[in-house]
Amino acid sequence: MKIKLTFWRVVFIVIMALGLYSSYIRYFHGLGAATNMSDQFPWGLWIGFDCLCGVMLAAGGFIMVGAVYLFNVERLHAVVRPAVLTAFLGYVLFIVGLLFDLGRPWYIWHQLIYMNFHSVMFEVGMCVMTYTTVLFFEFLPNVFEALHWPTPIKWIKKIYPVLIVLGILLSTLHQSSLGSLYLIMPSKLHPFWYTPALPFFFFASAVAVGLAMTIFESTQSAKVFGRQLELSVLVTLGGALLVALWVNALLRFEDYYHRGLLGQILKPSYEAYFLWLELALTYLIPITILSFKKARLSPQWLYLASIFTVLGFITNRLNIALIGFETYVGHHYVPKWTEFSITLMIVAMGFALFGVAVRYLPIFGEEQAHAVQPRLGREAEAGRAVVTPVLGHAGD
Amino acid sequence: MSKAILYDATICIGCKQCEGACAQQNKLPYDDTVAAESVQSAHKYTVVLTRNDKFMRRLCMHCEKPTCASVCPVGAFHKTKEGPVVYDVWKCIGCRYCMVACPFNQPKYEWQSLNPRVRKCIMCPDRIAAGKQTACAEICPTGATKFGERDDLIAEAKERIRQNPSNYLNRIYGLNEVGGTSVLILAAANVEDYGYPASAKIGDTPMPEYTGRVMERIPDFIPIWTLVLGGIYWVSHRRDEVAEAEAEEKKLNESEKSGGEK
Repeated sequence: MKIKLTFWRVVFIVIMALGLYSSYIRYFHGLGAATNMSDQFPWGLWIGFDCLCGVMLAAGGFIMVGAVYLFNVERLHAVVRPAVLTAFLGYVLFIVGLLFDLGRPWYIWHQLIYMNFHSVMFEVGMCVMTYTTVLFFEFLPNVFEALHWPTPIKWIKKIYPVLIVLGILLSTLHQSSLGSLYLIMPSKLHPFWYTPALPFFFFASAVAVGLAMTIFESTQSAKVFGRQLELSVLVTLGGALLVALWVNALLRFEDYYHRGLLGQILKPSYEAYFLWLELALTYLIPITILSFKKARLSPQWLYLASIFTVLGFITNRLNIALIGFETYVGHHYVPKWTEFSITLMIVAMGFALFGVAVRYLPIFGEEQAHAVQPRLGREAEAGRAVVTPVLGHAGD
Repeated sequence: MSKAILYDATICIGCKQCEGACAQQNKLPYDDTVAAESVQSAHKYTVVLTRNDKFMRRLCMHCEKPTCASVCPVGAFHKTKEGPVVYDVWKCIGCRYCMVACPFNQPKYEWQSLNPRVRKCIMCPDRIAAGKQTACAEICPTGATKFGERDDLIAEAKERIRQNPSNYLNRIYGLNEVGGTSVLILAAANVEDYGYPASAKIGDTPMPEYTGRVMERIPDFIPIWTLVLGGIYWVSHRRDEVAEAEAEEKKLNESEKSGGEK
């Protein structure tokens, strides 16, 4: 087999090489040498991005599984598999990221024997561990199909209702709990981001990001792999995203109003600039785009709105994890190049694994029609009839 | 009865013997360079600060309801019945949540180590168990750092303020902060000037309560949410099942009909 050296492959190789060198520094010279974290800033980019954002970006899995299998919205069936794949990879890479960030990663299993039920971190750890297992089983039928093993698929189908309910339950718990992590720091986290409502915000934003990520990854993979995508699916997701963004925006507004911060957030300050950036990316721009019916029916605009939403909520998580502590600590934290390098490597691994999976497994393939759920409802039949293969050539 | 440390900044002469004794007790290096360091770190659990010729000691406050013990996913911290908040290094996975969460920023990290530990004052638990004072209290030449029963020390602190009101701010730092701590501070100056968090900012509520309010709902939330999700699943799939059954019935009827005609 001959592998062509394309631009992106070269980029990938460079990122991986730098990442491996950074990993060497991390494991052979310690966290102090590899990061700009300190006693004042014990959590840096790896917690802020790899963990908080990583889990958030994987939310599409439980949102789509919920929509298709729980609420039986069958016209979204086409995006369940890529969403589950993204989620599974997201959680695996979250754990990889954790192995870099933990000071003693070789004791990560202590979580299972020294349990502290009062700790939010314990709850997050257990949920993530269990949910990754659930995702593994939700992902497994792809592999069995590729291998043409029908029997184990039947077994998994038998426990599917349990997997679905368990997966959504666990997601609800730990998506919100990532916000609860910060509840114990009322004196440290800046009031723009510290609120007793943090767990609700984290969950609500995960729903919005889950929808946005599904739009993003479907469109993106349609472009890259030359797949065809039904416009009706994107339109449904876009409508849901608009609603989710409004709910998020109103919750945020209500929180600031309730805590009497509306005046303060409008005054220019270091934190305010980052908050404005966050609010513009998360709400102002995508809501404005999606408010136009024309945009809601256009794959390009939907794609753009989803990118803004994702970037906005990434800003939100980084504001909470990093910017929100700077005033308290009294100095700025700027990640070291090795921190960026390892984060980039993990993201690149995500893209690469997604590519490999799509190539060898029936993620978008024909088999999916008789996949996990063999029956196609009337709705799906109807949806299939009005297939609009707009995106097939979008990437040309 | 739990033990505590009363630090009276007005009696402190800044000799830093507590720093040295602490280092010796915890087998840490201590020389002129370390003595000159004015920040706490993984190799310096306590520090005597100087500001306007006035001194102030910093050390772990040994909260009555410790934040570190509450947040640690593997329970590597716990408060002993005698008062010290101690650390079990063999449990620690190195997540550093304790460092981020501690309202007094006491846990420090061995950033350069390949198998790093969290480091902080542990209030000499072995000495206390043996009926002795902490190393810092024992060596203090003026009694600025005093070890004893928490209740007795609070009474004594109040008495000192009452006898010499012009010498002190009328305040015992640690009496109620974050639900009370096992280190109590008397001073003529604001402790906030030396890096202690303001009382108003950290409040009197024990920090673990902020998460407790959410965590205590989880045991109820799990069965309720499972039922709701299961219910939705059942309802939304019931429709299909009924449709399928009806279709089968219809087929059966038709085949019976066609069978009868033949």
